[in-house]
Parts: sequence; structure tokens; C-alpha cells
Amino acid sequence: MAESAEKPAPEPERELRLIGKPFRRVDGRAKVTGETRFADDLAFPRMCFLKLVRSTVPHARIRGIDFAAAAKVPGVLGFLTGQELPIPFGILPVSQDEHALCPDRVRFVGDPVAAVAATTEDAAYEAALLVKVDYEPLLTFSSVEQAIATPEPRIHDYGDHGNVHKAISLTFGNVEAGFAQADEIFEDVLFYEGNTHLPMEQHAAVAVPEDDERVTVYSSTQTPHYVHRALAKVLAIPASRVRVIACSNGGGFGGKSDPFNHEIVAAKMALKLGRPVKVTLNREEVFYCHRGRHPVLMEVRTGIRRQGDRVAITAQSLRTALDGGAYGSYGVASTYYTGALQTVTYRMPAYRFEGMRAFTNKPPCGPKRGHGTPQPRFGLEVHIDKIAEKLRLNPADLRLGMLEKAGAVTANWLQIGSMGLRRCIDAVVAGSRFRERWGKLPPGRGLGLACGSYLCGAGLPIYWNHLPQSGVQIKLDRSGGVAVFCGEAEIGQGSDSVLAAVVAEVLGVELADIRLCVADTDLTPVDLGSYSSRVTLMMGNAAMEAAEQARELLATAVSDQIEIPIGRLVFAERRVFDAADPERGMSFEEAVIAAEARFGTLGTTGSYVPPRSPGRYRGAGVGPSPAYSYTAAVVEVEVDPETGLWDPRHVWIAHDVGRCINPVLVLGQVEGGVYMGLGEVMMEEQAFRRLPPRLSDALVHKFPSMLEYKSPTFEDMPPVTTYLIEDPDPSGPFGAKEVGQGPLLPVMPAVANAIFDAVGVRVDQVPIHPHMVLKALQAKAAGAAPRYGPAAFPRFDFGETLVVPTPADGGDGTAINDYREKLRAGMRSASGTMTTREEALREKRLRALTTK
Amino acid sequence: MLRLPEFQLVSAQTLADATAVLASEGAAEGRTVRLVAGGTDLWPNMKRRHQKATTVVSLMGIPELRGIRNGGNAGDAGELAIGATTLLDDLARDQRLRARYPALATAVDSISSPPLRNMGTIGGNVCVDTRCTYYNQTEDWRRAIDYCLKEDGTTCWVAPGSPKCLAHSASDSAPVLCALDARVKLVSAAGDRTVPVAGLFRNDGIDYLGKRPDEILTEILLPAGSDAGHCRAAWVGHCSFQRRAVHLRKRSERQYRLQKERGCKFQIQMLKHFQKPLWDTSLAEADWEESVFFYRVVDQWHSRRATFARYTTTPRLS
Repeated sequence: MAESAEKPAPEPERELRLIGKPFRRVDGRAKVTGETRFADDLAFPRMCFLKLVRSTVPHARIRGIDFAAAAKVPGVLGFLTGQELPIPFGILPVSQDEHALCPDRVRFVGDPVAAVAATTEDAAYEAALLVKVDYEPLLTFSSVEQAIATPEPRIHDYGDHGNVHKAISLTFGNVEAGFAQADEIFEDVLFYEGNTHLPMEQHAAVAVPEDDERVTVYSSTQTPHYVHRALAKVLAIPASRVRVIACSNGGGFGGKSDPFNHEIVAAKMALKLGRPVKVTLNREEVFYCHRGRHPVLMEVRTGIRRQGDRVAITAQSLRTALDGGAYGSYGVASTYYTGALQTVTYRMPAYRFEGMRAFTNKPPCGPKRGHGTPQPRFGLEVHIDKIAEKLRLNPADLRLGMLEKAGAVTANWLQIGSMGLRRCIDAVVAGSRFRERWGKLPPGRGLGLACGSYLCGAGLPIYWNHLPQSGVQIKLDRSGGVAVFCGEAEIGQGSDSVLAAVVAEVLGVELADIRLCVADTDLTPVDLGSYSSRVTLMMGNAAMEAAEQARELLATAVSDQIEIPIGRLVFAERRVFDAADPERGMSFEEAVIAAEARFGTLGTTGSYVPPRSPGRYRGAGVGPSPAYSYTAAVVEVEVDPETGLWDPRHVWIAHDVGRCINPVLVLGQVEGGVYMGLGEVMMEEQAFRRLPPRLSDALVHKFPSMLEYKSPTFEDMPPVTTYLIEDPDPSGPFGAKEVGQGPLLPVMPAVANAIFDAVGVRVDQVPIHPHMVLKALQAKAAGAAPRYGPAAFPRFDFGETLVVPTPADGGDGTAINDYREKLRAGMRSASGTMTTREEALREKRLRALTTK
Repeated sequence: MLRLPEFQLVSAQTLADATAVLASEGAAEGRTVRLVAGGTDLWPNMKRRHQKATTVVSLMGIPELRGIRNGGNAGDAGELAIGATTLLDDLARDQRLRARYPALATAVDSISSPPLRNMGTIGGNVCVDTRCTYYNQTEDWRRAIDYCLKEDGTTCWVAPGSPKCLAHSASDSAPVLCALDARVKLVSAAGDRTVPVAGLFRNDGIDYLGKRPDEILTEILLPAGSDAGHCRAAWVGHCSFQRRAVHLRKRSERQYRLQKERGCKFQIQMLKHFQKPLWDTSLAEADWEESVFFYRVVDQWHSRRATFARYTTTPRLS
């Protein structure tokens, strides 16, 4: 906001009472006592139950739906089909390709075709089984290779071409010259299998119709604001008549950040029947909602130049191929993300990224913790480990020698803020005694190092707008209580605690004095949601702004009443007092009364808009962030060379969090990231069965249940030593950066590197199953390349590359050959829908003028 | 969530009641009757609709089916009888069993998770339905593959050319019981009989159990003596049966030789009853890989224990 920019920054030397010290999370007691009401815990008078009828074929036209048998089930109240919900939706403006219920075509086993409502869940379930759908089968697409090779029939009639959803080619600087200067060029092909979020809570929603064609939807969602928009669009009613309340989520990890068909269908059914409708997905349906990790095949190529004992990257090119599944979801952004953050850890003077996403007949992939970046990060960190091996360098030294600098602008125009990666590497190297032990452990034992970096909130919102990305309102009254309103959604990550702590810190009150009202689109200002690790930084800054304003009001009133200069007032211990004479002052409650008497009803607001990113080329919208977190990890593994079985024995991880708001929650997030990362590298995979095509069209999720989709238990979890690196970033509230996603990133490559250290073979693939290690060991014994992994990257034409000069080349952040950019004067960017920022800012300034 | 279909539940109070219902309902046209004890396998299967029943007879109300007692007259070291509805957790904690049959107690203690051991019974574990990832799926999922040979379909998708169902046993207690030469008592309205556990199992995923539908497994009889001397060997057997067996094939073969030299019969029996059938199906390389995968990934709660067993057994056997 223009206004906020003029305000003096909060004095940096202020002593912190609450921030940075461990405190009990504000929702902790309710969660451990079972008091928290999740969406499925809600019940309303006359509530009925909804069940979706899902496709049992992977790709087909719908010929007809027969409800006759289902209608005879006692208790059935009504049905819905796609004909009644014809408007498409989708999280990204460029991929409005989903329907609440498929109107004419199904695209994967699990795609919803119809809905049944009944007075009991049992009746809805029985009736759903009796709905008969007549399908006309279409060709089943089960792989990226098949999608590339077979343009017809198209799974969607939009996208770059055939069954290719998106193809990207970006060149930053003179990559060919960079490779020409290299002493040596390294090349690797790697594969990262898809996996899913596996939140403990299955998605649930309750839609309650209200008077005057209004509807309230309670849902387990990370993004109530986007659900709100999708509901208004598909139901074709004004957004002001739709209220979305995000209940506490029992875990999200990105799996609840799309608007979902079941939420929309429940709302429609509630309006149709005039009674509350609940839908709770079963675990199988959660696997079909998916939006998890994309399977990515990658090819990394790096030019290396040795200067004395220092090693520098001269150029890098990266190609990625994503199996997107049946719908767009966040896929376009995911594809960009597989290339965007490769540049923020090690200096890369020239960089080329080519990425593509294909449609296949599987549940749609989307954002899972790390969104699009764990796959190329795995590729990059394993690749660098191989370079170190070849150059006979310690992997830690190699990395330390080529770190990008704090405050740098990368080749792909990302503005780095604080950069604590050096301290992270130093911490884990010292903790694990990496220098003494790496390469020297007994056979079967090994150490591996890897790094990572992640966003603290995407620089751009999902749909282009120039509005705040987070808003906070504070209401104070004579009770001395502070009510804080914000659209953020608590998904277990602790955002409620961050919100309360920031306000409590600024106003000098206790957490118990703060009353939160969050994630209610009727009552709270918009926050875009709990995704892209944006909440602590963005909401934290908005909360700080609102709290600073409230503090200013109180300080003015107190200063007038007891005649102390505002600059000397201290807000602490629920009092407002003179720094020079702490006895002089008044209670916080009295201060509020003084302010209320002077100013009338008290309320303040704060909003956050991220700073502008220097990148201006088409695609520059994905990658920029107000700040980047950094992580380094060392994993020790034990490998049995006879069976290929391996186990992680210890993890040392250091995360540059800027500053901890609450170190206990930060530790929890780091350990949670390690746990999830180990799951991905050890066992988790969203795998599919394609039955023999000569016998069947079937393409099904291999095991959509927790009986067979395996995730580690605490028995599989090794000890974790965590180092929290605090290097306050000027962009974050109190210097805080993200911790929700970054700590996952180095875990998978560190394991792969450790396995190499242990038994001398490479598995260029995730998850690393024992048989892969065994195969690589057998290959090694037979004198072949000691490796298991994909052989080659598929042949694919990424189209003409956009050439963007780097900052070092004297570029201005634009591409030199984008005719579309020139023609349309920047009407499109990252996701293809955004007008340029100048234009938006111009409009914003205009609006500010007219409203004043 | 998944819902149970409608069915009639008979909570039998005496064994005679239970066998009578089995006999009458089993003979009635259009009726399917099943037995339930802990229900940890049957209820999820019925929710997914791949096991069906019009009548379910619960054995949990029959007092004499529960508990451990000496079945013989030879005092403390005599034959031990375990009632079929004795909870797995009770067995794992039973002092007598832990002292005399530590291998069995350890094996039972490693089944699934504490909540399931608190519901699941030893009889249920012996009789438990065979498993397959093409079979243990919901009705909708099975519709998507047009069902499979085991239930409602015509093709075994594990090996589409196979004339028989390749679903495998899921009983974690069976290998040890076989190794112990345990016997089971089967009771029906027509009379009683006692058969060795090893003879109970068949090499067929559908007709996997040599128990007639009208029979109730009431007791497991452990022979006099103790398995203490062979505890470690049985451990390996336990961990290496079924799919895990394939993965640990090499290691087991080595164990097998070791065992044979030392004259230990347990390992030999396990190989005979639980590994040979698998080898007989001459698994393709792909399946072998998959089995490895299953070993490490699918049986996550076994992985630690298997690893543990590997590390503890190898040195101690020599």
C-alpha cells in the first residue's frame, strides 16, 4: 500500500518478549482435547448426506446416466448431474477445465459423474452404487511419452497442442557460450515419481442454505478465498451471497488448496434441496482429489570451470517433463516451478529451462509441499554430488565455493534477500562431522549432503489483481480484549499462533488477550490462503501493520492523558508505560478506554502487497518471492549390499528461517519436512496400474488406501538433529521467513548421495527402492555403470525459446524475442492471464485518488 | 466413509448355537453366512463389498472359545490349548506363552498395530481371507478393472493367464504355528475333528483353507514342550514368509542350509509350506521386483521388524 510505505518502519532495536521464544500454540489445547471442530464434526438440523458417483473408466464419453434403481433406495432425496452445473472452474485462470460433475466426458477413474443426496450416509452410499452410467470408451493415456506421441484424441480441447498442456522454453544469458567456456560438461537424467499428501483428515464440506438464496460452505480447505470465487462462479450467484468458512484442517500439505468438485456439488445440492448437505470423502476419494507431486523426468546439463581450487558453473540447462494427470489444477505454475528456483542457491551465470506438462488419464497433479521444486532440486543436488565425485572434491566445499550471494539478482531475475545457506551448510557439516567422516565410513554406511531453497510466498497472486494478498483487521474495545480478523486458514502449520503472537508482541499483551476470527469470507478480510509458504511473511506483515496502527492510536491517547512523549511509551506486560519511569503508565485496558474515548470505536487494518520483482519476461511471474528460505541437510544411511535394503540412521538439518516466531513450531515444521521427505525417498508413490491393453482399457490407482499406499511410521523415523539458523530478512515480520516447505527439499537428494557414499552406486530416481540399489550393485559388479535410473529424456520440441538477457548482460528483465510480449504490450504474463503490474498499479493509484 | 451393507448379525452365546446357525443358514437358498470374531478383516472387506454375507455369526459371546488352558494332562509342560477368540494382544502378553512359546508370542506381537491386536483374534488370524491388491479394493475400484478371478470376475490380473487365483495368505501367525506342529480343532453340527495347521492351508487364493463352511475353528493346540530353543529361527521364518519370502530368498536359502546343518526343523517347514508355493508360480522378474518393493514399502510395519530380525538372527545363528 502506498500509504504504508510512508510510515516509519518499526524501531528495529525493540526488545522482543514473545517472538522467538517457545510458547504453546493458541489452538493447541482445543486440538489435544478434541474440542476443535473439523468440517466433518459439524451437524445441523435436517442435514442430509451427499455421495459422489465416480467414473469407473479412465477416459470416455458419457452416453447416459440411469438413476432408476438408485431412486428406489429409501431415504434418497435427490440427484445432480453435470447438466445442472455447466460452468467450468479451476484454480488457475488459464486452466478453467474442471466441472463439478462431468457433463459429457470423464477423464480418469474417480472423476465425479453424478451426486446422490439422502437422509443417511448409508442410503447415499447404497444409492450411489446403484447409479448406472453408460460410457463410450476413448483411448487411455497412461504416460507422458504416450501423450506426446498421440495428439488425438485430446484429453482437453485447450493447451499448447495435442495432449501437451504446456510447453515452456526460457533462456537466460548466453548458455551456449557458457558451455563453450566450460572445462567439463556433466549430464544426468533423473526421475522423480509422483506421490500424494496423505493428510490425516479426509476432505469434508458442509453446505448450509440460508435465506435469500445465500449459502454457507464449511470446508476443510487451505484456500477459502479461492473456494469462494469458484462457488460464486459455478453456482452463478453473486459472491456476496456465498460464505466460505475454512474449518481447521487436519493437514493439507497442498492437497486442499484447489477448489474441489465436492464443495461445489454440496452447495448446489443444499440450494436445490433447501437443507444442509454434508459430504465427507473417503480415503480413496482423497487419492482421486490428489493434486500431489507431479512425476517428473528431468535432464540436467552443467558446464563447470575450474579456477585454481575454486569451481564455478558456467552454464546450466534443465529439461523437465511432467505427467500432469487429467486436469490443469496448478499445473502451469508447477511446470514453471520445476525450473524457477534452480538458480537461487548456486551462482549460475547462464541458464536454460525447458519444461512441459502432459495430460494423462490419472488424478490431476498439483502442489504438494515444495510445489514443483523437490523434483528438480533432487536432480540438481544429485548432479552436483556427481560433479564433486568426478572432480574429487568434498561436496560441501564444492557447494560452499559456488553459493549465490545475499541480495543478488539471479540469471532468471529473482531478487534474493537474506541468504543463510553458508551457515546452514556449516552447521550440518560440523554436526555430522562430514569432513572427517564422509567417504571414510565402513562399507554399507554413508553420508550425503544436499541443500535447498524455497519461497516465502509467491510474488504474484493466482488470479491477477492489484489488491492486498493478505489483510488483517483489529478491533479493540473497553474490555481490553483484542479481536483480530484475518482470512488465513489454520491447517496445522500454526498460522493462528503466528497471527496472535505478532499482534500480542506489538501491543504488549498476552496471547490469552487475543481473540481470533479467521478464514470466514463474510467476516474476515481476504488472505489468499495457506499455500506457497506465504502466511507467516504476508499475513505477519499485514498483522504487524494493523497492530502498529492500533498501537499508535493507543499511544496517542495515553501520551495525551499522562503527558509522556509517544516515543518513550513502552507496550509490555499488558501495560503502557514510560520507558524512563516504568511506574508511570496505565494498564492496557485503561489505554484502550482512553483511546476509545478520544477516537471513538477503535479498529485498524493492515494489508500486504509483495514488492515488485525485477523479472519482466513472460513466465517471470513464477519464482519471485519477497524472501527465500535456505536449508542444508546431511543424512547418514546404512545399506545392506546383499539385499539393497537401506535405512536412514540420522538426519542433521539446518534451516535458515530468518527469525523464529515460535521456535517450537519451527522445529516441528522442520522435523515434519524431514519426515515427509523421507517418506518420498523411501516408499511413497502415487502409482497406477494399466491393465494389459489387449484385455482392458483400465488405468487405476494402484492402491488408493492406506492399507497399501505406504508412508513411514514413527518406527521408520531416524533421529533428527535440527539447527535453526536465524538471519533476519528485512522483508519478513520481525525478520521471519518460511519453514513449512523448504526443509523437505534437501532430504531426498541427501539420501541418494548418502547411498552412493555407502555402497558406491547411484540411484537417480525417487523413491529409492531396495531392488534399485541391488540392481545398481549388480551392474557395478558386472562392470557396467553403477547406476539405476531412467535412460533418456523423451524427444520433445519445446518451441522457440524466449531469450532473456541476465542482469550481468545488462538486460532489463524482458525477453528480446517475445513477439507476443511486444504485440500485446505485456497483457499476459506467468499464467497467461495477468496484465502488467504497471497497468495495475496505475489503476490502483487512480482508484486511490478517486476514493479520497 | 465406506459403509457396511445390511445383513443379519447373530451373536451366538454357545458353540451349539453357532454351529446350528451355520448349518441352517449355510444350507438355505440365497443366504451366505460368515463367521466373525474381531472383525478387523471382515468388516473392512464387507465395507468394500468384496466379501458378502446375508448373515454374520459373531463368536465373541461364546465364553469357552476365549482363553488359554492346558489341554493335556501332563502338567505345565503339556499340550496348550488356545481358544479361537483369544485376542492377539492377550496372547502376546500371556506369561505361559512367552515362557514356553516365545517364537509364537513374538510373532503374534508383531501382527499389525496395537489397536488391531486388541480386536483381532488368533482364530481369525489363522482363517483370515487371502489378500491381493486387485481384490482388497472398493466396489468402484473393482468395477474399474471389471473385477478379478477371486470375486465377481474371470481374470486373475496378477497373471492374466493363470487358471487359479494368486491371492496370498495374510496370516502372520500361521508360519510359526506350522513350525510348532500346532493343530486346530474344527467343530460343526456334524461333529468334531482335529487337523494340523500345516494341513489347513491350500495353494489356492480362493479355496485357501481346508475348513468346511459349516465348521468353526474353536481351538489351537500347541504340542507339549517349548519352542524356546528355536525362537530365532522361527523369527526369520515369520518375517520371511509370503511376499517377504521372495525378497529374502537368498538369505533364507542360506539360513535354510544353516538350519539343516543344525538339525532345526522349523525353518525347513516354513520353506515347505510358505515359500515353495510362491516359487512354484515361477514369478517373473517384474513380480520379483515388485515383491521387493512390497517387502520394503508395503509392509511398512514389518520392515523394521524384518530388518531387526535380519540383524539379530544372522550372528546368533552361527
